[in-house]
Amino acid sequence: MVYLTRKAEFSASHYYHSPEFTPEENRRIFGKCNNPHGHGHNYTLEVTVKGDIDKRSGFVVDLKQLKEVMHREVLDAMDHRFLNKEVPEFATRIPTTENLAIAVWQRLEPNLNHAKLHRVRVYETPDLFVDFYGEE
Amino acid sequence: MKAHLTRRYLFSASHRLHNDAMTAEENRATYGKCNNPHGHGHNYALEVTVSGRVDRRTGMVCNLADLDKVVREQVLERFDHENLNTLRHFDSIVPTTENLCVVIYDILRRAFRAAHLEKVRLEETLMNAFEYEGERESL
Repeated sequence: MVYLTRKAEFSASHYYHSPEFTPEENRRIFGKCNNPHGHGHNYTLEVTVKGDIDKRSGFVVDLKQLKEVMHREVLDAMDHRFLNKEVPEFATRIPTTENLAIAVWQRLEPNLNHAKLHRVRVYETPDLFVDFYGEE
Repeated sequence: MKAHLTRRYLFSASHRLHNDAMTAEENRATYGKCNNPHGHGHNYALEVTVSGRVDRRTGMVCNLADLDKVVREQVLERFDHENLNTLRHFDSIVPTTENLCVVIYDILRRAFRAAHLEKVRLEETLMNAFEYEGERESL
């Protein structure tokens, strides 16, 4: 089994707010992230797939195909977007980095041929990232 | 659904690697330049990984502000701009980055209860890093 990681970057804005909390609770729990006008990040996405090396090609996965899927399913939908308003998953879920990693997994997983998705890592900033390994 | 969250922190400290149980020669042979009696410093980068279910209401594994507070009060304020050899944690162990990594893990394991502590990773320089995940039960 060999693991392969592909990186991509995208920029988006978001804010944290739950209708289940009062405005005061929202402000207390989410702090500056509760600003309703949103704020932005340069996200770095790392997608790790695993598989056996194909005897003929020497590849675990066709990198071009992985790149295409990442672009089509994730970057086209999220890059330069307001996540709360423009990405359907976040109509009902708060676009925290945790939920973003889960959403990226759910978008990629059904679209990968051959290789198996191992981990989605999303960096919100260089000092904060979330790893998601699928439902355990 | 369970996710892992990692937060990175920086601090600077000095240390000297020296074990009184060894001869001066053995210390020099074992620790090389790190045995310099005056000590030397590093900019350490600490990565703390916690895990847990993503709370349905907050979308979070834990509140980052809570994690930052515990790490700041229990780790950064304790070690930043200190000489590690002078601290009680290293009365009987050598302040290698391996030992510092374990010490920090043990401190956080006790002090941070809002999510499961998965791993402490400590970079001493850009070229070397240490990781500790606690003692695993043998299978």
